Amino acid sequence: MVQVQFLGPIGLPPREVEAKSLRELAKKLGEDPQVKKWLAECAVAVNDRIVKDLDAPLKSGDKVALLPPVCGG
Amino acid sequence: MRPSKAATKWRSCRLFAEGRMLELFRGELDVDKIFAKWRKWGEDKNYGAFITFVGTVRQEDGIEGLSFDVYEPILRSWFDSWQQKAKERGAVLRMAHSIGNVPVHTSSYMAAVFSPKRRVALELIEEFVEDFKANAPIWKYDLRGGERIYARDRSQKIEGSGLLDNVE
Repeated sequence: MVQVQFLGPIGLPPREVEAKSLRELAKKLGEDPQVKKWLAECAVAVNDRIVKDLDAPLKSGDKVALLPPVCGG
Repeated sequence: MRPSKAATKWRSCRLFAEGRMLELFRGELDVDKIFAKWRKWGEDKNYGAFITFVGTVRQEDGIEGLSFDVYEPILRSWFDSWQQKAKERGAVLRMAHSIGNVPVHTSSYMAAVFSPKRRVALELIEEFVEDFKANAPIWKYDLRGGERIYARDRSQKIEGSGLLDNVE
């Protein structure tokens, strides 16, 4: 299981998901309309590092974060 | 909209440990106090140039203020990577940012570059502040009638966004 965090304005509680890769996680998250509407806008971090490879492997205990568009300052 | 769980957790932390180059404060920044602290620090380190950027909340469209969520682990790694770039040019960065609500006509963001001479500091402050706007994991909300309204129109997608969208 990986833990998925929905940061900032997404406003959903964290959840545990069974997934061996980001690709598999993407398919599962896409089944939830509340999450799906954010996916096109979100960057993804695994264990607090931004990831750009959909085939990046995941292992149990990994922390995945979805980061919607940002605006600091 | 309720703040994220993560943001709520940080609200209990008024300030990162003293002496760190990245500081987070609950509510608006005490700009004069931070500026004085940074200036003294730069003088003691013998830097000849000290350039600051201060972001102040403007009165616009009837907002009462802005509010911010911050994701600290990635903010810290983002900042550390910039500190390394600055170090390679003989400079040092400092930054302060607010968490939570910041009223109109107070400040939520300060950044500074210290360097032996002006040229590097002038260049770095622009590069650093622009990348901050594009990539620092901070979310902004307008405050209207006590509600927090996500400032989506003024927000930028982080590079690499959309990776998980429409995956077959």
